[in-house]
Amino acid sequence: MSGRRCSIRRGNRVAALLLFFAGAITAADTHAESPKPPTGRTTKVDFERQILPIFRARCFECHGPKEQEARLRLDVRRIVFSGGETGPAVTPGDSAGSLLIKRVLAKDEDERMPPEGKPLSADEIALVRAWIDAGAKWPKGVGATIAEKRHWAYVKPTRPALPTVKDTAWPQNAIDRFVLARLEAAGLSPSELASRARLVRRVYLDLIGLPPSPDEADKFVADDSPAAYERLVNRLLASPRYGERWARPWLDLARYADSNGFQADQYRSTWPYRDWVIEAMNDDMPFDQFTIEQLAGDLLPSATVSQRVATGFHRSTTCNVEAGVDPEENRVNQVVDRVNTTGTVWLGTTINCGQCHSHKYDPFTQRDYYRLFAYFNNTPLEVKLTSGVTYDFFGPKMNVPVSQDQSSRLAQIRRQHDTAGKQLKGAMAIATREQSNWEKQFAAKTAKPSAIARIVKLPPKKRSKKQRNQLRKFYLAQRPEIKLLRDKIAKLKKQIDAAAVPTTLVMVEMDKPRATHVMKRGNFLDKGERVEPGTPASLHPLSSELPPNRLGLAKWIVDANNPLTARVTVNRWWQEIFGRGIVATSEDFGTQCEPPTHPQLLDWLAVEFIEGGWSMKHVHKLIVMSATYRQSARVSTELLERDPLNKLLARGARFRLSAEAIRDNGLTISGLISTKMGGPPVFPPQPSGIWRHVGRNAPKYATSTGADRYRRGIYVIWRRSAPYPAFVNFDAPDRASCVVKRSQTNTPLQALTLLNDPAYMEMAVGLARRIATDKRDLSDRERVEYGYRLCVARRPNDKEAEHLLNVYQRELARFKTNAAAAKKLVGKEPLPKDISAEQLAAWVYVANILLNLDETITKG
Amino acid sequence: MTPLEEAKLRLTRRGLLQHSGAGLGAVALASLLGEGARAAKRSPLAAKQPHFAARAKHVIFLHMVGAPSHLDLFENKPVLKKYDGQLCPQRYLEGQRFAFLRGHPKLLGTPYKFTRHGDSGIELSELLPHLAGVADEMAMIKTVHTDQFNHGPAQLFFHTGFPRFGRPAVGSWTSYGLGSQNDNLPSFVALITGSVGGAGNAMWGSGFLPTLHQGVEFRSKGDPVLFLSNPPGIDAADRRKIVDSIKYLNRQQLLDVGDPEIETRINQYELAYRMQTSVPELMDISKESKQTHKMYGTQPGKASFANNCLLARRLVEKGVRFVQLMDQGWDHHGSVFSALPKKTRQVDRPIAALIRDLKQRGLLDETLIVWGSEFGRTPMLQNDRAKAGRDHHKDAFCAWMAGGGIKGGVTVGKTDELGYYPVEDSVSMHDFHATILHLLGMDHERLTFKFQGRDYRLTDVAGEVVKKVVA
Repeated sequence: MSGRRCSIRRGNRVAALLLFFAGAITAADTHAESPKPPTGRTTKVDFERQILPIFRARCFECHGPKEQEARLRLDVRRIVFSGGETGPAVTPGDSAGSLLIKRVLAKDEDERMPPEGKPLSADEIALVRAWIDAGAKWPKGVGATIAEKRHWAYVKPTRPALPTVKDTAWPQNAIDRFVLARLEAAGLSPSELASRARLVRRVYLDLIGLPPSPDEADKFVADDSPAAYERLVNRLLASPRYGERWARPWLDLARYADSNGFQADQYRSTWPYRDWVIEAMNDDMPFDQFTIEQLAGDLLPSATVSQRVATGFHRSTTCNVEAGVDPEENRVNQVVDRVNTTGTVWLGTTINCGQCHSHKYDPFTQRDYYRLFAYFNNTPLEVKLTSGVTYDFFGPKMNVPVSQDQSSRLAQIRRQHDTAGKQLKGAMAIATREQSNWEKQFAAKTAKPSAIARIVKLPPKKRSKKQRNQLRKFYLAQRPEIKLLRDKIAKLKKQIDAAAVPTTLVMVEMDKPRATHVMKRGNFLDKGERVEPGTPASLHPLSSELPPNRLGLAKWIVDANNPLTARVTVNRWWQEIFGRGIVATSEDFGTQCEPPTHPQLLDWLAVEFIEGGWSMKHVHKLIVMSATYRQSARVSTELLERDPLNKLLARGARFRLSAEAIRDNGLTISGLISTKMGGPPVFPPQPSGIWRHVGRNAPKYATSTGADRYRRGIYVIWRRSAPYPAFVNFDAPDRASCVVKRSQTNTPLQALTLLNDPAYMEMAVGLARRIATDKRDLSDRERVEYGYRLCVARRPNDKEAEHLLNVYQRELARFKTNAAAAKKLVGKEPLPKDISAEQLAAWVYVANILLNLDETITKG
Repeated sequence: MTPLEEAKLRLTRRGLLQHSGAGLGAVALASLLGEGARAAKRSPLAAKQPHFAARAKHVIFLHMVGAPSHLDLFENKPVLKKYDGQLCPQRYLEGQRFAFLRGHPKLLGTPYKFTRHGDSGIELSELLPHLAGVADEMAMIKTVHTDQFNHGPAQLFFHTGFPRFGRPAVGSWTSYGLGSQNDNLPSFVALITGSVGGAGNAMWGSGFLPTLHQGVEFRSKGDPVLFLSNPPGIDAADRRKIVDSIKYLNRQQLLDVGDPEIETRINQYELAYRMQTSVPELMDISKESKQTHKMYGTQPGKASFANNCLLARRLVEKGVRFVQLMDQGWDHHGSVFSALPKKTRQVDRPIAALIRDLKQRGLLDETLIVWGSEFGRTPMLQNDRAKAGRDHHKDAFCAWMAGGGIKGGVTVGKTDELGYYPVEDSVSMHDFHATILHLLGMDHERLTFKFQGRDYRLTDVAGEVVKKVVA
């Protein structure tokens, strides 16, 4: 790591200053090297007339009203005596022991304050010392006073009372009381209820990430019982598709991918962790347990396989195995990533600043950072020198047990494989014996000159190695039993690979703990003070009963007193559903965050989450059951002007689906989707040349066959240097680092993807076949309506339906005069019964339009 | 559409325009980006004013991936040559980590002849005969240094100013800071020859910036832009009809729900349609003159660095802000003296041609050319002499710039007699980045993006403009 990384504007002098405030030991060391300080006089000194002007002239630039480097303000009495980050700057009565004096006397120029301009004069220093030694009298009212107020996010949330609202009929649950109170205060009222067709599609997409079929939509639209919606919600929450949909944002946080990243970016098997997340969400595993198992499942007493698989969360870091890598540097970078990611995901805190220096805005010191680092530091190296200068990834992994059935099946295939191997050996021996005989016959009966004939004619000793091999290959090809056995062996080998015991990456604690030191300016080679595991003092206390390892940390994180975890978590869900968090800066709840739009609602949800047994489904249900959620997304010009970002929630959310959801949605609409769950990643069709040579690795993209082509996006292979291109175009990250909020862009590349990607054309053909054949005895107009409803659940209005009907009829007429064009469009599958190529082609045309509608790729 | 509906739509639009100032639809985009009302006032890719008068409007950024040997191209070190084969003095090795070198390595002088060129007398080795002809356009920096000595992290540092993943590349920062000058093309284009460097797509990635600032790769095989061509059975006329239908139906939705994002979507489909024509035209170099092909050494239809140089000119002509060329194959741990000449033969002529071509078209003044790599190579020998190579060297290496705002012929910085450490005017990667932004009219301390509660910069907390290269 660079020694120059630091997040404060002025380079070295600030870094020096921070080193000082990072810990008293540094200062003491400095002091030990300093000449013996002159003794201060103990005469009476007038603070306001004599001392404050010195501070003002020489210190305020960085430690005054405008700037508070290291959170020290020398114009505020309380801060001078209690300290910013690491204790008091002034200890009354003890000038020699006061940090302020140590720093102004420091011998090292990098340490000495002030960092610019001349040092303080001897007289000035003597005055300040005299003032301190005389008890550092600071009259009340002198200097500035600032209220001591903790940032709201560091105070444990309590359940707020529900606000009173004028319109008592609207709220469906507590969420709505908070939202409505804010709207009423702003003089706004909520939007009407979304139409039932739009609502059913919205809640499907939000809870399971797939659209409803027209029949499912109909069923809901037709069910006018008051409990219909809740029944629908319950059904969706219980669907196995729910975990698949909600694992996606979690895997963005976990920077889960199926490759190492960096130079070689090889495949790594860690998909059992991905399946663990999906299952945990489907099981509604309480979030505290969900947290503990991922951070420290391996350290739980008699940890189960599942609990160890869960620790794949922190093994999802990138790993650099390029030749010449420093394995320890790589390990340190991985630990840094684990600390930073933990800070982001569970604390909503930019703890990463602490790698190089204490946080500039939030109450986290560099020491705090390395105490957290210590929790993650007992990990083995994950890169090993394998030969010469080649390094390989070898980090701890475990076998994931398979069922009894699978393992006996595997043993059986292995036996067959061994037998076939032996048979091949025997067959080869016979073939070798018979080769010279065969050569004679071959020479006798072959009249035409050929390369092989020429070789056969040569005496065996005159044949080159290449010729011998060529002849041998040709000869063996003449022996069907050899080919048969070889094919059989290859097939069995494939089966063995497929059935082999999968491995997954897991966290492992080393027997002998590593010592953790503060890394000066973040440089892992520049070790500072040694630190022990511990949590930031500015947050809730760490129980002394907790073990000083990851398990202790995990339990501290899910302690009900933690002010952050529950808020940060519910906020991310809110963001996923409404497109914007209650705290818009969902990655940062520190003092620089955007203030919550509905602070009380956030607290209410956080408390409800904890008291509801950390149930994710409970919170999701509350959200989607609210009247707030069920509003129409229609927006008037006035409302758009008033609240363009929909901060106040006077309307329903409307925004584009995520990359994976767009594909899942298209696959469902077109009837192609496979709902097979779990297992190794799949390789849907993508353009050639995406997986090109990267570094030393030249991997092959073996496009999946059969149903695997149409599995949900969550199962698509994620290679960091080349993620699935249709996902990249829709803002999928590379998963090399933790992402809390994906971008939401609207680009021409997205249009090109949906218009032209062969995968989407395949979907268009699938959709066309459904339109043409799903229902019998429909008019063309009714088929247009059916296609519309497959895509967006609602019925088209007359204009929409008429337009598409015209398109269909126009194109049908055209294809009738151009059969060749129709053939190209309909794909290779046999035509459905009673449908002509021209008809199907015209429906493909319509389907291509439907799959490209803004509404089709938008939740609204 | 009925007159009533038209009127309603106009009304909606007017309302939006009042709010959004420029880009219709930008409001919604900004809302989804969570950028608030400030950003909501303009389309994110609209051309923006720089902080001060720009010296260059475009950048062509040439990355020799793998790191060429500055000691065989730009740094003439007679002392190194004199002590060729001797043990490297111990003081150079203390506190150093090397990617490959172990034990006590020997020094390795260059076998190549160095000559001064042009009025300025910039010294170049005989491996760069064509660049020698444009020496007076170049500002040579001899003291660039980086923090990283492995390719992946160093490449990230070279492009994003940070040695790990997650930060935007210089081109993304440029797109973010200046927007686009061409509605039909991306603002940041990447062109690649050979395999991709270890840092992968992150070298043209947008990090925490909105992804519309990420570099779009124009490929030399298959569709130049992914999914650009129509599928079988759909021709240009079909595509026009289909896009028109999508527009009509999207408009119906816009009338119904009023979300301005739909208007943006409609515009993006129009843009996509135009790209289907504009990009293949742009990528087709067959109509360039014979003279031009001769000058660059280009062959239409072939994937080569030379072709990419010519494409870079064509992209800049069309207003693309930032063109990044990456050429793999410069990592010469062994046989540097046979491998390096092969590589320089591939790039020397087209780069010189690019400079001349831009100049004759009057574009050199507004186009900054940057040549560099993630690090340099050691003055010490790696492997035995028969397969002499050089290891990664992070403490001093060369980069040069030419074109917009550059003082041609100047040499900045001096290294010690081995070319090991800077002794004068050392230039960090942050300084290097600050200089590029400066020439584009941007103050690297003011070009910030708020993320995780902090205003991030390309140059983090460091960076000083290398004034000596600025004209």
